[in-house]
Amino acid sequence: MKTFAAFVRKEFKHIFRDRKTLIILFGMPIVMVIMFGFAIRTEISNSRIAILDHAKDAHSQKLKGKIAASEYFNVVAELNSEEEIGEIFKRGDVKLVLVFPQEFGKDLVNTKHSPIQIITDASDPNTANILSSYLQATFQSYVNEELHLQAPNLNITTRMMFNPENKSVYMFVPGVMTIILMLVSALMTSITVAKEKEIGTMEILLVSPLKPFVIILGKIIPYLVLALIIACTILLLGLYVFDMPMNGSYYLLFGEIFLFVLCALVLGLLISTVANSQQTAMLISMMALMLPSILLSGFIFPISSMPIPLQVISNAIPAKWFIIVIKNIMLKGTGFEAIAFETGVLVFITCLLTLIAIKKFKIRLE
Amino acid sequence: MIEVHNISKSYGSVQALKELSFKVEEGQLYGLIGPDGAGKTTLFRILTTLLLADSGEATMDGLDVKKNYKKIRKMVGYMPERFSLYMDLTVEENLNFFATVFQTTVEENYHLIHDIYQMLEPFKKRKAGDLSGGMKQKLALSCALIHKPRILLLDEPTTGVDPVSRKEFWEMLKKLQQSGLTTLVSTPFLDEAELCDEVALVQNGQILKVDSPHNIAMAYPHRLWQVKSGANYKTLKILKEFDHKISAFAFGNVVHLATNSEVSEEMIEVHLKQNGVEHIQIKPIQAGIEDVFMDLMQ
Repeated sequence: MKTFAAFVRKEFKHIFRDRKTLIILFGMPIVMVIMFGFAIRTEISNSRIAILDHAKDAHSQKLKGKIAASEYFNVVAELNSEEEIGEIFKRGDVKLVLVFPQEFGKDLVNTKHSPIQIITDASDPNTANILSSYLQATFQSYVNEELHLQAPNLNITTRMMFNPENKSVYMFVPGVMTIILMLVSALMTSITVAKEKEIGTMEILLVSPLKPFVIILGKIIPYLVLALIIACTILLLGLYVFDMPMNGSYYLLFGEIFLFVLCALVLGLLISTVANSQQTAMLISMMALMLPSILLSGFIFPISSMPIPLQVISNAIPAKWFIIVIKNIMLKGTGFEAIAFETGVLVFITCLLTLIAIKKFKIRLE
Repeated sequence: MIEVHNISKSYGSVQALKELSFKVEEGQLYGLIGPDGAGKTTLFRILTTLLLADSGEATMDGLDVKKNYKKIRKMVGYMPERFSLYMDLTVEENLNFFATVFQTTVEENYHLIHDIYQMLEPFKKRKAGDLSGGMKQKLALSCALIHKPRILLLDEPTTGVDPVSRKEFWEMLKKLQQSGLTTLVSTPFLDEAELCDEVALVQNGQILKVDSPHNIAMAYPHRLWQVKSGANYKTLKILKEFDHKISAFAFGNVVHLATNSEVSEEMIEVHLKQNGVEHIQIKPIQAGIEDVFMDLMQ
């Protein structure tokens, strides 16, 4: 026990004396959350659009007024001819051009059906899509209000449960938390073990009467503490800066965070049994852990739209399950029953990895 | 105390150790002398149970290095080739850590490291990474000694250390030996070999010769001359063309020339003068261990 305490104390000293790494460790989560939270947004506001009005009648004027008044759009130009559309897109001034046909108002009143044309700059397909659907919705509501009818005859109302304003922060905070915890836990543990191998102290630790599980636990615990502190930081930022809701139980949330961090730490140890230098450890962690965690976890790209083989692979990625769990707890406020399966998968992966790590931990050098 | 019997070890197609055997008696200061890549580090790792040999047996104090590795790990003090210290921990912290890891305390075994640690005492709050090579070496030795090992294994402890520290270090080893510690030390420096009780000359994973440094030097089979002149390089070149030479090597600012017993001082002098070398001093000398090693390596 005394040896164990000494070991853990030593690890903490390594962590706290390496100021640069420490700053990165705590700075990175904050910067990443803020970056993702503010910069990368899928909702739109004040998007620059242009209008080409062939009709110039009462209805088109009214609709234009409505569009200009909305917070989503900012009408920056009135075009006079079709030729100008190409030009304005090429200059990159606007993302969307709305074209009213010649007989817009007349057709609308008489046939209750009048086409408007939406032309978008699809070099940025995400924005183009979103803008176009916002504009369609605006048009729809105008028709409904003005003509007191439902045209087309079907009226679809969408209600976005658990995220009524379609805020991307709700997606990014759990995502960033997952990535950061993975990074801190797996990368840092694999690096510290590889470092001991590199400077040769591992040779002495192996020759000493220290038991392998003492070395493993001694390496895990300091980073477990560190990861939990970082998780708290991200949570606080999410809750107070970005108004993330927290509808579930904190105990459950931290229980799941603990489980996920443990899983990532064991992964890091597993990597360090293969890597003999810090650089190798870093590269393996980056390539084998970070990329799949970002790309295949459903953080950025929805899993359901991936090809089947990738969907199958994504099941082996702890980050996927953890993101589901966090969103369930925070946004939906579900209890344990709803996430029992996901938790089970995480427990299974962790146990499996621990077994492999213990099996692979060498009592000798090769 | 240490018995090595027909140990072989290969890394892929490279054979690091070839059926190597030797024996270290209790209380001996035993030297493994050989150039880089001779297989010394591999042998140390096998003896410290960090590597498994492909074939052959080795015992430490009667304990098999493969089967009884746990017991061996408790009684061995090991100082790897690189001074394996935590560079971001202070001198004191390093020592305390290794003491705790080996389930003892610095106070308990302070008498063992007293002489060495005294020199480190003024720097005990300094980080190990900021110490000089000689200081790091002393700290590493203190760390290896702190758990009162019965066998001390030192892998090239003097590489990268200044001459004064090297000398001090060997004085410490001699002192430690008086307390009954068995020490196996490897070094590429032949002058250090003469300080050991017994040495094994190792090359390419094989032992060339085992004996006391004195006997090894005495067994030198040729007549040896020390030739000194103002132009060492030229002298060496000319002596290499000398008909009766067996070997000629530069030793600092002199040349050691080995010949058969029929060659006299005059014959060498004549040969040199004919080739335009002046200010020649020639004297017969007793071979050192270095001469033997050079001879064996040919």
